[in-house]
Amino acid sequence: MAAAAFFYLFAGICIASAFMVIAGRNPVTSVLFLILAFFNAAGLFVLIGAEFLAMMLVVVYVGAVAVLFLFVVMMIDVDFAELKAGFLQYLPVGALVAIVFLIELVMVVGTLFADPASLQVAAGAVADAPAAGVTNTQAIGQVLYTQYLFAFQAAGFVLLVAMVGAIVLTLRHKPNVKRQDIAEQVARSHKTVIELKKVPSRQGV
Amino acid sequence: MTSVTLPAIGVVLPELLLAVGSLALLLIGAVRGDRASGLVNALALVLLVLAGIAVAFQGPEKIVAFNGSFVLDGFARFWKLLALIGSAAAIAMSREFFVRERLDKFEFPVLVLLSTLGMLLMISADSLLILYVGLELQSLAIYVIAAFDRDNARSTEAGLKYFVLGALSSGMLLYGSSLVYGLTGSIVFSDIAAALAGGHGVLFIFGLVFIIAGLAFKISAVPFHMWTPDVYEGAPTPVTAFLAAAPKMAAMALIVRVLMGVFPAIVDQWQQIIVFVALASMALGSFAAIGQRSIKRLMAYSSIGHMGYALVGLAAGTPQGVEAVLIYTAIYLATTLGAFAGILALRNGNVYVDRIDDLAGLSRSQPALAFFFAMIFFSFAGIPPWAGFFGKLYVFGAAIEAGLYTLAIIGVLTSVVGAFYYLRVVKIIYFDEPKAPYEPMTPVLKLVLGASSVVVLLFWVLPAPLVGAAAVAAKSLF
Repeated sequence: MAAAAFFYLFAGICIASAFMVIAGRNPVTSVLFLILAFFNAAGLFVLIGAEFLAMMLVVVYVGAVAVLFLFVVMMIDVDFAELKAGFLQYLPVGALVAIVFLIELVMVVGTLFADPASLQVAAGAVADAPAAGVTNTQAIGQVLYTQYLFAFQAAGFVLLVAMVGAIVLTLRHKPNVKRQDIAEQVARSHKTVIELKKVPSRQGV
Repeated sequence: MTSVTLPAIGVVLPELLLAVGSLALLLIGAVRGDRASGLVNALALVLLVLAGIAVAFQGPEKIVAFNGSFVLDGFARFWKLLALIGSAAAIAMSREFFVRERLDKFEFPVLVLLSTLGMLLMISADSLLILYVGLELQSLAIYVIAAFDRDNARSTEAGLKYFVLGALSSGMLLYGSSLVYGLTGSIVFSDIAAALAGGHGVLFIFGLVFIIAGLAFKISAVPFHMWTPDVYEGAPTPVTAFLAAAPKMAAMALIVRVLMGVFPAIVDQWQQIIVFVALASMALGSFAAIGQRSIKRLMAYSSIGHMGYALVGLAAGTPQGVEAVLIYTAIYLATTLGAFAGILALRNGNVYVDRIDDLAGLSRSQPALAFFFAMIFFSFAGIPPWAGFFGKLYVFGAAIEAGLYTLAIIGVLTSVVGAFYYLRVVKIIYFDEPKAPYEPMTPVLKLVLGASSVVVLLFWVLPAPLVGAAAVAAKSLF
């Protein structure tokens, strides 16, 4: 009972804050609502016993991604009000598409109520639950590098491509920038940097 | 503790070669800088050839490895060879162009290699997870190389447009995959097929539609084609050649494997979708290309149309139809690579031309190039006895055998419309007043155009090797 109450609490706040993300006028409040949505999604994960995923969501998405968003939103000078200016213009077409989608979804859900068997999940769908006494962090660790080794490595290559791509598209070597070259600094000797001059008395340099 | 045994390395040898090789090339480039771009380019070509040899020497039996994420069968080998050929030709043709445009960075061949690795993963995918990761690896590298000419507004626009729309299509694919996973409880293709055989609900069709939408985007089939003309036109020409060839092979392989291998139980459900997509692609490819002035845009619409013809074979839903898809796409690959070798040869000094009118009088300044170029366009139009005609013959034959008469008839009619603009190019080459003469072709372009012409012109003399290989490959899927 308590679990159900918490589910509706988390799910409700999650959807409401997701709505506020796209409805917010100020991009900074949008990002803050996004963080709230992440926190509530993490709460949902805790409810189904996936505490590792919940922690990852908070650490990675709230701790890194959302903060990065906030940085970018605050640093770049984008006039979001101007971006949304054409919104009303597209509203009729958008609303039409949305209504068609809504009708279709209602029809699909209607058939589900008429024929509950069509929602039947195939046997074995909820299999592979970790054995008793194994935390889900351990369970993920056990399959990540064994059963899903292939996908794991392939995902690593996707990240590599992202990195190479970012460098190819944005890195520019500027010619007139002075950079610290430690090797050059260390290699300096007294012969190259100190010049001894004999200054004759009473004559100056 | 789940015990795991590494399968014999031979199963993934081509993928391993590309993966390790691309890392090594990345290191060479990082250490030696852009001076090494020629070396990296050559080594990338060698790697692709080695991977091709490794694919050719893999045994004929079907092997499933890595706990049902990877499958190797005759079907996969056929498509892998096509994808490797497409990538190798694109890398070989790119060098001259990038040097002249001052874009010769070592990252280009490395990104093409990584993209090709993604294609091989897609072709051998045996679970929804690998399908997605392979697709994303392939696409992400292509988004980058489409924007490779980063100081050119058209090129960056092409990359950005492709990226945004590609991300949308990935979202649809993932949504469909999650529905399928939720309803069958497995991401492994064979388990999904088994669960399906025991009946399915409405929601499952919902998931299937989203998966088809995501995959149709990758072969630029109507109604998911919007990105194609702009991206083809904006991207540097060797990138366009790559885009038109290799990724189409992998995405087509994936569509055929998913629909024929995973969802054969609901063929009546997806058949109508594929029939519609094929019809719309053929029609749009034919009619929209008529008004084009840019060769690259023309090739974009041409590729949309050709993917439509290939899907006609898939719509049949029979082993014969799959064989027709294999033959059609192989011929399309050869013809497209030849056409792009010709386009890349149209150069005055450092200026590459892009307008169809610039082809005027090519027959007088370069008779050999003009002849092969014209024959390739005849083949695109489907004029016998060149290879393109036989490709169409096989797909329409399969459609008629399956009783899809309307589809076949409309397909023939649209190919008549398409013949108009292909023949117009030939007319401009042979009968219009010549403009500035072009410089002679480089040996690499000659080689690609020559190899392509051999396939296009001599297929009717000796069709057995390709048709036989396609038959074996198609059989391994059933």
